[in-house]
Amino acid sequence: MEKKTVKKPRRMGIPRQPMPKQKPEERTGNFNEVALGYTVELALEEAERCIQCRKPPCIKGCPVNINIPAFIQLISERKFIEAARKIKEDDVLPAMTGRVCPQEEQCEIQCVVGIKHKPVAIGRLERFAADFEAEHSEMDLPEMESSNGQKVAVVGSGPSGLTVAADCARMGYDVTVFEALHKPGGVLVYGIPEFRLPKNIVMREVDYLKKMGVKIVYDVCVGRTVTIRQLFDEGYKAIFLGLGAGLPRFMSIEGENLLGIYSANEFLTRINLMRAYKFPEYDTPIRIGHRVAVIGGGNVAMDSVRSALRFGAEEAHIIYRRSRPEMPAREEEIENAEEEGVLFDFLVNPLRYIGDENGWIKAIELIKMELGEPDASGRKRPVPIKGSEFIYKVDTVVVAIGQTVNPLLLDTTPEIKTNKWGYIKADPETGETSMKGVFAGGDIVTGEATVIAAMGAGRKAAKTIDAYLKNLRADQ
Amino acid sequence: MFKILKKERLAPHVNKFLIHAPWVTKNCKPGQFVIIRVDEEGERIPLTIAEYDREQGTITLIVQEVGKTTYKLGDLDEGDAIEDVIGPLGRPAEIAKVGTVVTIGGGVGTAIVYPETRAFKEAGNYLISIVGYKNKELIILEEEMRQYSDELYVTTDDGSYGRQGFVSDQLKDLIESGRKIDLVLTIGPAIMMKVICDLTRKFNIKTIVSLNSIMMDGTAMCGGCRVEVNGKTRFACVDGPEFDGHQVNFDLLMKRLGTYRDQEKESLERYLQNKEKA
Ligand SMILES: Cc1cc2nc3c(=O)[nH]c(=O)nc-3n(C[C@H](O)[C@H](O)[C@H](O)COP(=O)(O)OP(=O)(O)OC[C@H]3O[C@@H](n4cnc5c(N)ncnc54)[C@H](O)[C@@H]3O)c2cc1C
Ligand SMILES: Cc1cc2nc3c(=O)[nH]c(=O)nc-3n(C[C@H](O)[C@H](O)[C@H](O)COP(=O)(O)OP(=O)(O)OC[C@H]3O[C@@H](n4cnc5c(N)ncnc54)[C@H](O)[C@@H]3O)c2cc1C
Ligand code: SF4
Ligand code: SF4
Ligand code: FES
Repeated sequence: MEKKTVKKPRRMGIPRQPMPKQKPEERTGNFNEVALGYTVELALEEAERCIQCRKPPCIKGCPVNINIPAFIQLISERKFIEAARKIKEDDVLPAMTGRVCPQEEQCEIQCVVGIKHKPVAIGRLERFAADFEAEHSEMDLPEMESSNGQKVAVVGSGPSGLTVAADCARMGYDVTVFEALHKPGGVLVYGIPEFRLPKNIVMREVDYLKKMGVKIVYDVCVGRTVTIRQLFDEGYKAIFLGLGAGLPRFMSIEGENLLGIYSANEFLTRINLMRAYKFPEYDTPIRIGHRVAVIGGGNVAMDSVRSALRFGAEEAHIIYRRSRPEMPAREEEIENAEEEGVLFDFLVNPLRYIGDENGWIKAIELIKMELGEPDASGRKRPVPIKGSEFIYKVDTVVVAIGQTVNPLLLDTTPEIKTNKWGYIKADPETGETSMKGVFAGGDIVTGEATVIAAMGAGRKAAKTIDAYLKNLRADQ
Repeated sequence: MFKILKKERLAPHVNKFLIHAPWVTKNCKPGQFVIIRVDEEGERIPLTIAEYDREQGTITLIVQEVGKTTYKLGDLDEGDAIEDVIGPLGRPAEIAKVGTVVTIGGGVGTAIVYPETRAFKEAGNYLISIVGYKNKELIILEEEMRQYSDELYVTTDDGSYGRQGFVSDQLKDLIESGRKIDLVLTIGPAIMMKVICDLTRKFNIKTIVSLNSIMMDGTAMCGGCRVEVNGKTRFACVDGPEFDGHQVNFDLLMKRLGTYRDQEKESLERYLQNKEKA
């Protein structure tokens, strides 16, 4: 790989700078953020490790193609605010992506430094720049095109919707976001816990959107409260659907509706959105027992099990049907969970739930599994071992095995075509759906994915919306 | 914020609120509900839309005080505002002309049965209504129900008004007297709906119930409202709240309604104590 500048020889000797964190024994006693963020010194040291590739492979690994060497260079020059603005050219929510992106499989896996050493900590630097800007500057408005008077409706305030709103506002549109819940952010707020993504960061970004003139209307469930047709009638010229996945999946096994069995969505929403961890100061209750089992191995499962620990569960287990290397959760979060004392039970799968006389969960019947041939996802397929069933005592279960399509809007809008799994059929490059003037992106199109993928889809849809509306203007 | 335009006490611990919620009225239909959150610390709870006025952009809620949230709501006055009101949610009731319809409301369940009684009447059915209460003091909506019923029967548990006994006793008499009944709609405490369903099952009368499982988002996102119908798990907030009563697992519903009993008790006691101090 060619290098633009030959830097001080010291560079290659610098190890990847670790992330300062709350101590495990302290952090399980609170819901505060675990990762504390780089200091200026750590950021400068880490930025030094980037060799400023002329053809940087890291950019291709990033779904929104952030100019990574450019922003890292700015950090090296101590131009932290400029670094954040550079990132924001492609990523409107860097404080969030820097925290929750699966960097290790996107930008960082491509980093050339990673061939011989550990890759540059791109995500941590991104977070540093974004936090620095928020703390030390006025968050000036971006350059905005003058208003063109056309109205755009965005349904859902998750990362895809917020991105479309920001981009369209910047391009001069009159944007209104409709959100079914009482707070913005989608999964960023109701799903991902405070200890991984503080809610004030999401609110900060939303305030910024409002400053740009974006209107947000809460408590509106599009499809029920108002239909797509009615939105067009009210003068919206284009509508973006960023509905997310939503509907929790269950396994359809015996005893699933016993008391004390939660979907991860319910469990996390009670805690994050409704603040059940502040009960009785906040009114929403939750019941968490002494021995909690979380079914699943993804980010959602890690968030659930770590939340259970913070609630004082004596034992918090992950029940996963494959083994550690196959777990889809981010490595960093698995490590955090291990440090905090989460117990992992691999190669087991629930067969049924067993309740007590009052209907409360008291045990799970599990079966042992072994790994067979790789399946469609490339991971080894778990196969049950005959006769290995056993009873496993628990008093709370959280089912975190994924989500499917929320039927609410699509049931009332047959014009929008869906694929065989029920997700919206939308062109991956443009976000166009089968209904004229309606665009879609994020989890409602791809199924459960990532924050940055949802933002990438939003960005593409915003471009298409602009082209579509420019055409409409020209026609009139 | 959603402003309370009018508040009226209908009976001890039962309040009627007229609320400005123009978005909700755009598409709402009988059988649908809203989810409200009284204030920033508040829980999200479902309440049925008892009446609505599209022109004025108002909805009417009739609410029984049973726990912290409903007490807090009951302590609000005209001019105060509710933090969130979202809806309409749930599937609208299937209103059709079927012949003779018996609508049965228990306690505050009458508030939920009332808009559908009206809709069934307006659809051209013969309406028999049975409403039951603990005692005379707790009677609500008697006149409203009478207005849309061809026959109205009132029962009280203690006999202080109308017939002494349960709504199910009155229904049994009607059935046994040979009245032809095409559809029963019953809304009230789970145990009452269960008793009615056990009765109508024997006589093979189609019976619709409205399930009051614990809800949070009301948008199919959490799964907390799940109920068992015909052996299958359904989400009451989007698949319901109305179901064929003969297929509902009421025992499970009643158990699940008790999930947070201890916390609810603690919450209400603290609220009432703090109120006393203030
Ligand atoms: C617990 C958890 C942890 C995760 N961890 C990570 C992680 O570490 N890294 C990562 O990259 N990704 C993670 N993800 C995945 C990521 O959060 C999602 O892929 C992403 O949020 C999808 O964005 P979205 O814009 O498509 O929808 P969402 O974030 O789901 O937002 C959709 C919004 O639309 C609203 N809505 C839905 N229907 C309607 C309607 N009819 N009317 C009005 N509003 C409506 C919803 O209320 C919601 O607010 C995690 C997900 C979960 C659940
Ligand atoms: C679709 C639907 C429509 C309803 N319509 C009406 C109505 O028009 N008028 C009316 O007075 N009541 C109605 N209810 C019941 C009402 O929602 C509960 O009385 C209310 O939630 C109690 O809250 P609380 O905090 O005052 O009491 P709590 O002390 O919290 O609870 C008392 C009891 O209410 C039930 N409950 C608690 N939380 C919830 C919740 N989040 N969702 C549902 N039930 C809960 C439980 O059985 C609990 O034991 C309806 C319920 C449903 C599901
Ligand atoms: S947005 Fe995500 S993938 Fe892109 S550079 Fe930042 S951390 Fe890497
Ligand atoms: S981050 Fe890595 S791949 Fe990207 S420019 Fe720097 S050294 Fe090269
Ligand atoms: S209330 Fe959450 S899914 Fe029904």
